[in-house]
Amino acid sequence: METYADLIECEDVLLFANAAITSTGQREFHSAAGEQRLSLDFLHRYIEGNYPDLYAATLALDINDHNAALIIANLLARPGQGDGELIARRLKRMSPPRVYRLFRRLRHDGVNNRRTRALIRDWLAGRPDLAFDAVKYRSALKSAVRHAHLRLPGELGDFLFAPFSRARYDTPVLEAWRRAHYDKGALYELPYTVAEGFAARHGISRTLFLERIAPKLTRLERLRLAESAGKGGLDTEADLASMPLVRLASYVLALPADTRTRRRAELVGALRAAAARVAGTRAGTWGSVAAVLDDSFSSFGSPVKRRRPLAVALACHYLLEALAGGYRGLWLSRRTDPLQTRPSGPTPLGRRILDALETRPDLLVIVSDGWDNAPPGLAGEVLRVWRRKLDPGGEVGIVHVNPVYDADHFDVRRLSPMVPTAGIRDAEDLPALVELARFAEGRTGVADLRAYLADRAAGLEAR
Amino acid sequence: MIDLAGLDTRPAQTWGGLRLVPLVRREPIEDLRLHARVYGDEPSGVSLPDKTFYTAYVPHAFVASWTGDGTPAAAYGTQLGEPPRHMPVRFHRRMARRADENRLRFLPLHLAMEGFLALHFGGPVIAWEEWSRQAIAHGLSPRCEDAYTGAEVRGLDDALKIFEIYPGQCGLLLYAGDTLAAAFVVPHPEDYRALHPTLVRDLYGELVHEYALFYPARDFPAVIDESAVSSLADLRAQAVRQERQWAAFHDSVMAAGLLRAPGHVQEVHRLGRFTLSRFLPAFERKSENHIGETILDEDGRLAYLKTFRLSEAQTRRGHLLSTLAAHDWSLPAAAATLRTSAAELGLRLERAGFGHLLRQDVLDGYRRAARRRTSGASSPPR
Repeated sequence: METYADLIECEDVLLFANAAITSTGQREFHSAAGEQRLSLDFLHRYIEGNYPDLYAATLALDINDHNAALIIANLLARPGQGDGELIARRLKRMSPPRVYRLFRRLRHDGVNNRRTRALIRDWLAGRPDLAFDAVKYRSALKSAVRHAHLRLPGELGDFLFAPFSRARYDTPVLEAWRRAHYDKGALYELPYTVAEGFAARHGISRTLFLERIAPKLTRLERLRLAESAGKGGLDTEADLASMPLVRLASYVLALPADTRTRRRAELVGALRAAAARVAGTRAGTWGSVAAVLDDSFSSFGSPVKRRRPLAVALACHYLLEALAGGYRGLWLSRRTDPLQTRPSGPTPLGRRILDALETRPDLLVIVSDGWDNAPPGLAGEVLRVWRRKLDPGGEVGIVHVNPVYDADHFDVRRLSPMVPTAGIRDAEDLPALVELARFAEGRTGVADLRAYLADRAAGLEAR
Repeated sequence: MIDLAGLDTRPAQTWGGLRLVPLVRREPIEDLRLHARVYGDEPSGVSLPDKTFYTAYVPHAFVASWTGDGTPAAAYGTQLGEPPRHMPVRFHRRMARRADENRLRFLPLHLAMEGFLALHFGGPVIAWEEWSRQAIAHGLSPRCEDAYTGAEVRGLDDALKIFEIYPGQCGLLLYAGDTLAAAFVVPHPEDYRALHPTLVRDLYGELVHEYALFYPARDFPAVIDESAVSSLADLRAQAVRQERQWAAFHDSVMAAGLLRAPGHVQEVHRLGRFTLSRFLPAFERKSENHIGETILDEDGRLAYLKTFRLSEAQTRRGHLLSTLAAHDWSLPAAAATLRTSAAELGLRLERAGFGHLLRQDVLDGYRRAARRRTSGASSPPR
């Protein structure tokens, strides 16, 4: 039996999930960083206070690392809350700099209970190469070790706390770090971020440095440095097709228009390959799909999240193309070449939704920040009348995914109550979100939601 | 008189107390373009259409190096062609450095506003005995009027920043508290793109400044009557009707105050097929009053428009001045039209801030007369 309280609970949790997926506490097109952080902080307190168990369980969802770190910090500060196993598993999925930042935050907040110390200890023990971490994240590791009262094995303790007490180290990377202080050749054995500092100290020219450090670059560093190294005639051999889809889309959108035209085959090939990889076995199974994709000016995002909403839309375009049997992508600006999209113009969502519904696809996906302004509210009206009058049986599934958190409403902006809206961070989550959107439609209750969360948590374990 | 024909009204975008209504031109005017220097000192900044002959214009108070030696100067009044009227601008050190950056900029505010008013009001044309020597010799200058930069209007910077410019957009109507605050129309979308960010440096009347603090403007949400819809084509027709309804409502109701015939139009300059003119409102009190400048082509099509909304106090002052001007600055004649005495009118002028225009002894005489009337038993009770 569904009670009113259950409905509210279900709604609140979905609201929080949307926020935790989209918001990173950074500036967005319509709101400043401060507003985002304030709004997000309120939401965390509200959910934690009212639904402590569900709050911890959201860690199992595909929420972003920023929010996962916030949740973990909050859980650790209250003894006895949250599942330690789940926290540890979530930490394993986060990137090491994020985890070290979380440890720093715990230290700053004075959170130092036994569970926290055990968590730090276990996480560090699980690192594949702690000596490498000691070089790359030196001060962060030092702070974590100090906070958790750990005694590191072998040379590491000396390396962190009394680095020059030893004449030489047996671990190669530590020894390279020691020698890099006076030996130009040794610094190329270090990770790029550390070597960069030594290179500056030794006055090595940028071109020479990049050329010799190239084998040491990580996957993302290769992509990041591709353009600046390319000016010096160096190819960082970034493997575009292996990048996460949205990251690749961001890279493409950052290129000038004529470069995109020149490298069209390469870029489109990479985007298609990345999309096919994400689609996996589901490729071509979704029937006929239409998408309304937002490339209005607001999809520029903000200077700190440049073109993020547009990149998500572009990634969704290629992913849906791979998933669908028949696909039609409609951009708001009526441009037909997805590779040349750029954020400009108003948001006539209503008109484009009408265009998309014309062919009665099996599924309509709307990727937009929801600021429907030409005219305002038309999209909501079109969807409402469509559902009420023209398609009461719901033959056309409609999902709105929104990459932007609206700080004023504590949620992603919705187009219409008739159509589920879900926050989206990575295009990879799109299939899962279309699943999750069922809950937002109100047809499934809180029991199902809890079951879904438990299921996700189990899935996380298996991964 | 002001006719927005050729410009389509598109749905408004709101932010805080402000409502921004874009105007889109069906066919841009190609042969009237922003002066190339406005885009930077290199004329290559403007991408010209094939026919390279075009007339240039410069918005009022626009700062660029108009002079031969490269020092910054401001256009004085909107200019057609090579700016013949400009004022040198002396910057402080810091400002000068900023001026080097080749960005679009307007004059510091007061200069611009006062210049604007001096352009509209000359001063006494006949040296009636009541007017002071200064009024005869220097007209109304220095006139001091309050105006606010866009940066001081709450929310305007954000509203302009997040505004989504339409393709082909050539104009913007700005509403504060749902009254028309300013109108801005240019001949070509590229000009609009170049000038859009400078609107925040533009100047606005005090009314705009105050109304922007009011309650937030609400969107007019689209509403579709579902009983009239039985197919997707109907739905589309309803959606189109929505947009047409909004445009009609806006043009006939919201912008009505601007489109009404202005009280006085002065043709300033004619170049090629374009005419630059300034207009003054009828100075009706308790209604919208805009002063502004227009450029029309030979068919009377609006190519450029820029307005400034007057506040109530400014309207009152304008009313007095225009009445005086209509009677060749003769106090008794103007007083007769206003159904009052010359002495009353003199005191009204003083209260409106024009005391310095009247000779001191004449003004003293008016004050004495007024005192006598209020204290004397002979005057009838009012």
